[in-house]
Amino acid sequence: MPNKPAGAMLTPVADVGPRSLIENRFEESVIVTSADWIMNWSRLSSLWPMLFGLACCAIEMMATGASRYDLDRFGAGAFRATPRQSDLMIVAGTVTHKMGIRIKRLYEQMPEPKFVIAMGSCASGGGPYFKYGYHVVKGVDLVVPVDVYVPGCPPRPEQLLEGLLCLQQKIREKSIARKAS
Amino acid sequence: MEPAQIAARIQSQFGDAVLEVKTDVPDPSVTIAPEAVADVCHFLREEPELGFASLMCLSGIDYGDRLAVAYHLHSMRHRHRICIKANLPREAGAARLPSVVAVWQGANWHEREAYDLFGIVFEGHPDLRRILLPDDWPGHPLRKDYEFPREWHGIPV
Repeated sequence: MPNKPAGAMLTPVADVGPRSLIENRFEESVIVTSADWIMNWSRLSSLWPMLFGLACCAIEMMATGASRYDLDRFGAGAFRATPRQSDLMIVAGTVTHKMGIRIKRLYEQMPEPKFVIAMGSCASGGGPYFKYGYHVVKGVDLVVPVDVYVPGCPPRPEQLLEGLLCLQQKIREKSIARKAS
Repeated sequence: MEPAQIAARIQSQFGDAVLEVKTDVPDPSVTIAPEAVADVCHFLREEPELGFASLMCLSGIDYGDRLAVAYHLHSMRHRHRICIKANLPREAGAARLPSVVAVWQGANWHEREAYDLFGIVFEGHPDLRRILLPDDWPGHPLRKDYEFPREWHGIPV
């Protein structure tokens, strides 16, 4: 059968219209998608956060990971105890200057692509320590780049989930054809 | 034992070292000379009828014109308490007084904290380093004349 197209070797599929070059020539186990879509989907569906918390926000983060709110529903429940296995850094709590330089080091140890959620007022902008807190970094974005800010003091688990969904949407809109901004 | 009796016991033992006694206030205190602090504290702990086995808190204070250290003591055996105070000059490096770590081990981190935030030097302390702030932090933030650094390691303060 030297002149037959390759698709003819496969199980015949129902005739649903005029034959094009590749349409309807593959089995159902073949998925057609774009590189962008599959990369973004796999990234946003398994965001492994880094296992660390800095203050009271960490308690809410633990609640978000527990059974009632269940961060695992969105693929982000596998808290990793090392930055080298993490995709997502949830900065949950007050960032002191002493901690800020450590956060920066941890961020640099995470492999690309990496994302940061600033959880709560303190991590977003210093919170109640803004004016007189000599020891507090006025927002973790002064130390590492932040993708999503979650307001609240501390934010409820629903808010952190919303922040995670926002981050997933942000990843969904990324493209490998552009340099990540 | 009542605060006045405790103050009288200290006064009879150390005399001139006692600078001021306040007993008609909510928190009765005895102000003593800084150089006598370690001796007075040792006496307060070891004397059977005083028995101050517990240093509840060691605090640094900036009154504006002077620094001070307050020792809140409690005796679980006798159920009485007293506050020992020592006034110190505000000039840099002049605020020095003897450590009481040898009397109460728990004073170790308290004294490090007072050193960290007020710059009060405790002589004879086994390991007088900053405890809360980074080791290279400029100044002592709870002093009233403290000025914020503009940035620290490239991070604006």
